[in-house]
Amino acid sequence: MDRKQQPSRYPLGTVSNDLRILRGDSSLELSQYRDQHFDVDDDEQEKSLEESSTLYVGNLSFHTTEEQIHELFSRCGDIKHVFMGVDKIKKKACSFCFVEYYDRLDAENAMWCLNGTSLDDHIIHTDWDLGFREGRQYGRCRPGGQASNVFREDSDVGRGGSGKQAQAHDKRGVQ
Amino acid sequence: MYLRCGEIGMFTRFCRLCPGLERSCTKRKMQRWTASLPTLKAILKDARRHTCPCYKYGLLRNHIRKKSILCEALQHNLPPFTPPPHTEDSVYPMPRVIFRMFDYTDDPEGPVMPGSHSVERFVIEENLHCIIKSHWKERKTCAAQLVSYPGKNKIPLNYHIVEVIFAELFQLPAPPHIDVMYTTLLIELCKLQPGSLPQVLAQATEMLYMRLDTMNTTCVDRFINWFSHHLSNFQFRWSWEDWSDCLTQDPESPKPKFVREVLEKCMRLSYHQRILDIVPPTFSALCPANPTCIYKYGDESSNSLPGHSVALCLAVAFKSKATNDEIFSILKDVPNPNQDDDDDEGFSFNPLKIEVFVQTLLHLAAKSFSHSFSALAKFHEVFKTLAESDEGKLHVLRVMFEVWRNHPQMIAVLVDKMIRTQIVDCAAVANWIFSSELSRDFTRLFVWEILHSTIRKMNKHVLKIQKELEEAKEKLARQHKRRSDDDDRSSDRKDGALEEQIERLQEKVESAQSEQKNLFLVIFQRFIMILTEHLVRCETDGTSVLTPWYKNCIERLQQIFLQHHQIIQQYMVTLENLLFTAELDPHILAVFQQFCALQA
Repeated sequence: MDRKQQPSRYPLGTVSNDLRILRGDSSLELSQYRDQHFDVDDDEQEKSLEESSTLYVGNLSFHTTEEQIHELFSRCGDIKHVFMGVDKIKKKACSFCFVEYYDRLDAENAMWCLNGTSLDDHIIHTDWDLGFREGRQYGRCRPGGQASNVFREDSDVGRGGSGKQAQAHDKRGVQ
Repeated sequence: MYLRCGEIGMFTRFCRLCPGLERSCTKRKMQRWTASLPTLKAILKDARRHTCPCYKYGLLRNHIRKKSILCEALQHNLPPFTPPPHTEDSVYPMPRVIFRMFDYTDDPEGPVMPGSHSVERFVIEENLHCIIKSHWKERKTCAAQLVSYPGKNKIPLNYHIVEVIFAELFQLPAPPHIDVMYTTLLIELCKLQPGSLPQVLAQATEMLYMRLDTMNTTCVDRFINWFSHHLSNFQFRWSWEDWSDCLTQDPESPKPKFVREVLEKCMRLSYHQRILDIVPPTFSALCPANPTCIYKYGDESSNSLPGHSVALCLAVAFKSKATNDEIFSILKDVPNPNQDDDDDEGFSFNPLKIEVFVQTLLHLAAKSFSHSFSALAKFHEVFKTLAESDEGKLHVLRVMFEVWRNHPQMIAVLVDKMIRTQIVDCAAVANWIFSSELSRDFTRLFVWEILHSTIRKMNKHVLKIQKELEEAKEKLARQHKRRSDDDDRSSDRKDGALEEQIERLQEKVESAQSEQKNLFLVIFQRFIMILTEHLVRCETDGTSVLTPWYKNCIERLQQIFLQHHQIIQQYMVTLENLLFTAELDPHILAVFQQFCALQA
């Protein structure tokens, strides 16, 4: 697999950027997400992400267990560790986790094959991660969970019903 | 067989070469080509008729219109081709089986499916394989490309796609790509063609189920994994009643076994109650056990068990965050049922010490995998000491199995962790799998997944150290080169350290390779013992050898040879002289001889 060029070097629309798109493996491309809590610049983050064998897994059901995640992601290779996401305040499951493999290739297989498929009736989302460090297992939104859950518009029983914002809006509407 | 405009000329030249090719194959090792012969014969048949209907099914429909242009196009003269002679070092590809599931009767209302041996069938198959090969990492693109295959209105495309995907998934010894890819590709195809593909897939599943009695065990494993993962993406919806025939069969026969294993895997992707809810009540006997921990010192009736009081003591100690030393001192007083008097140190193999420690710790850490892994890490020192001897290692595995026999997934992850933290070694796991405690579960899938995972860890370990040695040698070579370039004498000292490192690594490599060979020898030896026992018993009782258990066991032995053939090839002489000798029962020897033939 070709090593991708740093996206920040070539502005969009230039020839080099178009060629990069043709050569690249879009399933493994880095998403826009960069961890704001880390004192590491974007270029460094991207370099680490391109060598990482840890995946962030999002949109899990609150009920999804470590065992279920282990079963699914084991189908791509040997797992080193699963770190379950936790609501910082309630200390309960928080619909995301980190899966760390021993080999980068196994993580790539998971990105190619499992991203966008179902676990526990939820379409899960996988993304490259910098690697687990203490503190990263906590949701960063003020209520303690994940921003993606608070601002969710749809109703998802497995993630606590409506997003918090939607719930608040409903209550106001009723009043 | 991937035909494009410019290659038509080349193709017809190739066809004229084929009779020569066929003749030379006949002279050499014919059996190698047996599987490819249908393809060659099909090509030859049409080439001799000087027609190439296959090009009509090529990716570019322009062929037909541009035929006159093609005839005037640049003609290629291919030189004569002589296959290289056979030598001892020649490496041949594994024979390939032509996989056929469907024929024209399977879709009577749609377009006619080209015959199994027709060249059109091979061309479509080849093109679909090409699409998968090019796009498998991007399953949306791959699925889109597959369903927009040109000429799709003239062929039952969904049937071809499903057949090609299963052909790859069931390929022996291994599929071209990772197994899980085929599952998610089929899911993507179901999403793209929700009105037609799921029905074909259901039909295929039904057909595969009907053929379970004769299906190769490795293929059954992949079928189980595929089907359970597939169901988990579709709310486990399936017409289980259609498979009620399996309920009246011997539980060890392939169909009920398959359903049991599928339900177990489905449970791993969901939870126990879900499985009870998705199957009809008649299937409850095939449902997996609730994956709970079994703690022998837990209830009142266990008061009389030896070591009970120590177990309670340990439980209190664990909960108050005791250290390894504190645990050691509690265990010191545990009597050894095997000896009249303990050693002075008290740490020779003591099965009771292992029992109370492992039972209590695993019970307290039962909440999740993470809890259990933390427990193994925290009390690693105690584990290592108790499991120092070979019997100790075996007993740790035995006790762990007693605690978690309802939760095969937990057993697998604990064995993995114990190997990686060197509490047990690979040979201990192999011996444990063939022990009498596991005989009841010997044919269950989780046991073989553990064994193959253990072998893979061993292989990876050897490769890793070999790589380290190579890197060190390269570093030394570079250093020498630089020295000869610079004429610098002072780097002699640097050499010394590196040379020492290389020597240490060399020893490490030899030790690892020796451990690897020993692992395979243990496995083969245990297979021979267990199969011989069965054969002798059947002869004495006058019963048929061919029980479901026997078929399963023989195929598991074949599976070891096939899955790890590259490593095993190094040991052929030892295997022939030490284990698979002429005195061995012909049933068992046949497996070895078949393997030798594959490599011939």
